[in-house]
Amino acid sequence: MAKTLFDKIWDKHTVQKIEDGPSVVYIDKHFIHEVTSPQAFNGIEKRGLKVFRPNKVVATADHNVPTINQHLPIKDELSRLQVEQLIANCKKHNVELYGLGHAFQGIVHVIGPELGITQPGMTIVCGDSHTSTHGAFGAVAFGIGTSEVEMVFASQCLLQTKPKVMRINIEGELHNGVLSKDIILYIISKITSSGATGYFVEYAGSAIRALSMEARMTICNMSIEMGARGGMIAPDEITFAYIKGRQFAPGAAQWEEKLTEWKQLYSDEDAVFDYEININASEIEPMITYGTNPGLGIAINGHIPVTDTIADEGERNNIIKALKYMGLESGKSLLGMPVQHVFIGSCTNSRIEDLRLVAGLVKGRKKNENVQVMIVPGSQQVAKQAQAEGLDKIFKDAGFEIRQAGCSACLGMNEDKIPAGEYCISTSNRNFEGRQGAGARTLLASPLTAAAAAITGVVTDVRTLNPLTP
Amino acid sequence: MIPLQKIHSQFVPLPMENVDTDQIIPARFLKATTRDGFGKNLFRDWRYENNDDTKPKADFVLNQSKFSGEILVAGKNFGCGSSREHAAWALQDYGFKAVVSSFFADIFKNNALNNGVLPVKVSDEFLAQIFALGNEATITIDVDQQTITIDATGAQEIFDINHYKKTCLLNGYDDIDYLINHKAQIEAFEAQLG
Ligand code: SF4
Repeated sequence: MAKTLFDKIWDKHTVQKIEDGPSVVYIDKHFIHEVTSPQAFNGIEKRGLKVFRPNKVVATADHNVPTINQHLPIKDELSRLQVEQLIANCKKHNVELYGLGHAFQGIVHVIGPELGITQPGMTIVCGDSHTSTHGAFGAVAFGIGTSEVEMVFASQCLLQTKPKVMRINIEGELHNGVLSKDIILYIISKITSSGATGYFVEYAGSAIRALSMEARMTICNMSIEMGARGGMIAPDEITFAYIKGRQFAPGAAQWEEKLTEWKQLYSDEDAVFDYEININASEIEPMITYGTNPGLGIAINGHIPVTDTIADEGERNNIIKALKYMGLESGKSLLGMPVQHVFIGSCTNSRIEDLRLVAGLVKGRKKNENVQVMIVPGSQQVAKQAQAEGLDKIFKDAGFEIRQAGCSACLGMNEDKIPAGEYCISTSNRNFEGRQGAGARTLLASPLTAAAAAITGVVTDVRTLNPLTP
Repeated sequence: MIPLQKIHSQFVPLPMENVDTDQIIPARFLKATTRDGFGKNLFRDWRYENNDDTKPKADFVLNQSKFSGEILVAGKNFGCGSSREHAAWALQDYGFKAVVSSFFADIFKNNALNNGVLPVKVSDEFLAQIFALGNEATITIDVDQQTITIDATGAQEIFDINHYKKTCLLNGYDDIDYLINHKAQIEAFEAQLG
């Protein structure tokens, strides 16, 4: 029978299907971080268990870590305790940890792929909703809760109900200045922040095939923002070339065998999806959000919806409430609006390609004096690469503040926060109330749109800045 | 886990859509390493002025003594956003045993069930009927029968829950008990997976 890519991987990893219940699914890789793991370690210890397959678990510290002076002890006591607890737990249970100070440390969804740990055909979980990022390699990857982290510790398996499958086809060529971040913001603005709930999404079509691995990761990363369980893209030559030679990629001896296996990973031609959406790439403009969920986005040269004309009462009230929090007006354009902060980072857009794009635009320019610009590489390796390419110098000359690897201002948990009432154009994935700090107002956008605002100090259509990088 | 069979209680109405887990429990409160004590920070930024827990916001439902009970009733797409299970812990620690909504985000639904907080999905119409009730009204949720009833009117709906999860809830078992009992099968599967 014809199968979807998702089905092929899911079926291969199903240990047992419980009648009128979930399936027992075997997990190939389990990433953990300091925030969602301590209670799970406690849990198995209370049951008198050890981690069942420690060699399938990889840990890092990312959410709580400061992004300056990482060599010094963490100042916030609770954050420090959480990170210390991770170190102790990993030691006790023989789990590999790329913690602070390690050359591989970074945001969990950045380091998995860059180290070659993330591979096609795998089942991958992490106690973190953006685990969907790893789906860009043709893996079934999804976020789980702490009780589920405990399940995987105890048995290397999870009880999961099989989701439905959706395919989103994007055909054609993207306009100049439009990035993969704009594709996903556009999709979410179309189908809303709950539009894919209950589904696993496969992204397909010529516009997706043309993207680099890093651009694909940005798309899969935000699958969760439309409610999807996860997102994935069938692996191809671009995928294989990206993986080859990385730290934990299959070596020369197994490469050919793996490659043969990976080449089977696609949705069969007559495979049936529960839902399909077709999008023409040329419809997509650079995007920006105006509200307090990622579905409230518009084209950068568009207008905020006129609330009076929204028929659905629930939706209308939502948008009114969001605009009030954001201090924005119905029906207005965002272009030209002053912003006080620009944050370039997070597991959505903190990889070397993102940094290169930003550097390409800001080279030889200075940031506007009224904005503070923070650029935070996703991992130590990204930071090192940026230095090797001289990007750090470009950023410094432009007046950007370059930080050390971590989640940083993506969530108001570590020291990096946006003050209440101020606007931040952010390359991260969530614009919820208070996400970047209590009262902070987040506008989600691509790295190019963020960089453009850094230079002008206002919301800017990057296509009006010359020269535009490819 | 404590078995959950029946809930009969008043309810707390939160007629808002897309309540995300960053609102249920903001990130800055995720630094604990145990599961306890999250209830006091439930809906923290909606509940208190300027993050000051001596200054409750009078207009927020949790601060209004007329609303109480073990059931939270919220608008659609409850629990979207971050996968933090702390959201379910906070609801449970606060004293909620069930959340009623017309739509739940996936990860939240699992997290809630794994902690003995029952997500009850009802139709939009039924949800509207509940929101229209006075604060004295009570609701009965029967896990075994899979029914939710508005006691005053007798209006009832059947909700979905898979047989396996229902058995777990009724008996207070959890998934880990199930998985550890199937270790031999998991090991055999690993061997075949290679
Ligand atoms: S960068 Fe942001 S979204 Fe990504 S893992 Fe860290 S906190 Fe979560």
